[in-house]
Amino acid sequence: MPDDPARAPDGEHGATGTVNSASLLHLLRPKLQSMRNRARTVGRQSLWHWSLLAAVGVLFWGFGTVMLVRVLGYFERTPEIGVLLAGKLLGLIFLSFFAILLLSNIITALSSFFLARDLDMCVCAPVDWLTHYGARLIETLVHSSWMVVLMGVPILAAYGFVYKGGLLWPLVALATMIPYFVIPAVLGTAFTLLLVHVFPARRTRDLLSVVAVLSAAGLVLLLRLMRPERLARPEGMRSLMDFIALLRMPTSPYLPSEWAQNGLMGYLTGELSALPFYLLWTTAAALVVLGAGLQRALYAAAFSKAQEGARNVTKRGLLSRAGDAVFMPFGVLRRELILKEIRMFFRDPTQWSQLILLAVLVVVYVFNVRFLPSAASDGVSFYLVNVIPFLNLGLAGFVLASIAARFIFPAVSMEGRTLWLLRSSPLPMRQLLWSKYWTGTLPLLVLALCIVGVTDALLGVSAFIFALSIFTITFMSLALAALALGLGAVYPRYEAESAAQIPTSFGGLVYMLASALFIGAIVLLEARPVHSYLSARALGTPREPTAMAISFGIALVLSLAVTFVPLEVAVRRMEAAGE
Amino acid sequence: MIRLSALTKRYGPFTAVNAIDLAVPRGELFGFLGPNGAGKTTTLRMIAGILRPTSGSVLIDGTDIVARPAEAKAKLGYIPDRPFIYEKLTGAEFLRFVSGLYGQSGSVIEKRMDELLALFDLRDWKQELVESYSHGMRQKLIIASAFLHKPDVIVVDEPMVGLDPKAARILKDLFREYTRRGHTIMMSTHTLEVAESVCDRIAIIQGGSIRACGTLDELYATAPADGQGLESFFLRLTGQNPARELVEVLNA
Repeated sequence: MPDDPARAPDGEHGATGTVNSASLLHLLRPKLQSMRNRARTVGRQSLWHWSLLAAVGVLFWGFGTVMLVRVLGYFERTPEIGVLLAGKLLGLIFLSFFAILLLSNIITALSSFFLARDLDMCVCAPVDWLTHYGARLIETLVHSSWMVVLMGVPILAAYGFVYKGGLLWPLVALATMIPYFVIPAVLGTAFTLLLVHVFPARRTRDLLSVVAVLSAAGLVLLLRLMRPERLARPEGMRSLMDFIALLRMPTSPYLPSEWAQNGLMGYLTGELSALPFYLLWTTAAALVVLGAGLQRALYAAAFSKAQEGARNVTKRGLLSRAGDAVFMPFGVLRRELILKEIRMFFRDPTQWSQLILLAVLVVVYVFNVRFLPSAASDGVSFYLVNVIPFLNLGLAGFVLASIAARFIFPAVSMEGRTLWLLRSSPLPMRQLLWSKYWTGTLPLLVLALCIVGVTDALLGVSAFIFALSIFTITFMSLALAALALGLGAVYPRYEAESAAQIPTSFGGLVYMLASALFIGAIVLLEARPVHSYLSARALGTPREPTAMAISFGIALVLSLAVTFVPLEVAVRRMEAAGE
Repeated sequence: MIRLSALTKRYGPFTAVNAIDLAVPRGELFGFLGPNGAGKTTTLRMIAGILRPTSGSVLIDGTDIVARPAEAKAKLGYIPDRPFIYEKLTGAEFLRFVSGLYGQSGSVIEKRMDELLALFDLRDWKQELVESYSHGMRQKLIIASAFLHKPDVIVVDEPMVGLDPKAARILKDLFREYTRRGHTIMMSTHTLEVAESVCDRIAIIQGGSIRACGTLDELYATAPADGQGLESFFLRLTGQNPARELVEVLNA
């Protein structure tokens, strides 16, 4: 054998003549090359898709920046407390971002360090542990931080613009944000490494997805129930001095979010201090070293453990038998299709855990409605009490559209890898689609009726508006679900690894735009008859029964068309797939 | 060249590989056979350094894969049963990446890459994205990548799946020639004809333990077959009686 263990046996080597561990850049190269190749092979249609996505993104970006500039401009004109408020706001934004980044890094690290499909190839190659750590850390950081970067840029731009940051502002922001992003990345990967060392990786993934959703739900609930809008009203404080003292008090002095806020606001207000930057950079550097140490000590064993998986024996229990009995009348084929959908949903923690978030959003929604003027409040007109629930229909429609985008839109794409089985069976595609439709629509409908029913009851609306709300939301739910399923079939993403990725595609965007148009059209169509009815009741103006009937009729026909046309298109698409 | 000593892998209470002792010398093409779930892939993944043994050791040319992983892995080429290839890389980019993982690059590698691609009829596909490759072409690309850095030892899990007859023949010839030059190949397969025609020695694993090991003649000598070759021997050893089971199932 040759002395050099890595040397090829017949003495033939690479151009360098010796075998070195792959460089950090080399390990990142496939991702970079894939990105380049993907950009090169973008077809005309994809270009159009991307352009539309970019346009919508820029629109939101621009809108966000303008709004923030206005808010900061208002703060700037407020003497004494303006700068403090701006700093507090930045601190809160950074604190939220830090929590998001930490959670996102924990979840992403699980994939990039333990579950990615290219890991076998890299792990069985003689790659230096530190290089491997560096490459995977960078990958984790990029994957989990890009969204926050996109959200952060307009915020920092607005601060720089309002407080006249000058040409150096981007550099100062960069010097702050780099360590600010590195810290949660290292902490997240280290936490994941420790978790996988204790639990099998696939179990950890399930655990984390539930923990992540619970944390997000808890955060939303906490923030809302605290009613932060009251903080914007200093009249609630005993004196202005109390309010200023509260603003000056550091929120979280030991967290990088506070250091980043101090560094940036110090620069913008002309009170630049090196301490925040020193804290950020030294903490980031120290954590990278500690993270690398942990990687060296635990990664090999943890990775091996990650390959083992967790056995998951599912026995046929009482619920399963109950499901069989409940769906018996639908016939064997439909029953099995529906049961399959239900089982797949409730056995995937990344799916069912979303219900927790959904429940919290509904609670927040109803909580918000409680603070709207109701029939029981003094001095509130009959018109206002009834017009708010009507407009609430539009908002409820958007909530339902978002839910349908998350749960119903991916339904066809999720069949991608088993489409061969379905297509080679005697199952008519129409039956598959309709089974999927009802499985997704019925829970959506129940939710819709609960939201609208409860909010109408809380607001004490008239019988006419109550009936109209229930009727409208029922047909709206049927149509939104059909639109989601139909467009999901027109723009399938069979290669997607999880259902959560699918709504963020181009098709998902098209669905949200189409839903917005549909909801807007329904609200507009019903606005006139509602106005006519409320005016007649409140002011005694003449009623317009024919005009009302026509408007409601058009709204009904539109809802039915949006229900049946997308489903028919979807059936044809599914039948034509693979031809 | 490969030495397994009391190699064991447990998943909780389940023992996938149970105290295997095995030595595969330089220049040997060793076949690893066994029914589904017997522990073949687990063993090969431990040899490749992907899985850590619960106990026991794997030595590659005297180097412990757990204690000195980089050194041992530099001598290895691994072809998995379900390989991953980056869809958005071209065949050439993928091969360059793999050779880089082994610290090799430059004109010699480029020349070797061309030779291997030509051998497997993939030269015209060199600049195509992998996403447009068929299953067999991907398999050939993975095989080419394992030979690129000329490892001392190649560990290969089910190499023939998806290959056309020509490629399968080329691969068999390549394996034979490679071992003739002093390299070692350890291969798991379900295709008994392949094992019979190319392997110098064969081990049959079942329930995580090696049930038999040796040349074909040695195996037949330990449990004389009824003249139907390795298949009959394999089925008798692993306790399977397909004909009887078939009749029972069809009559049910």
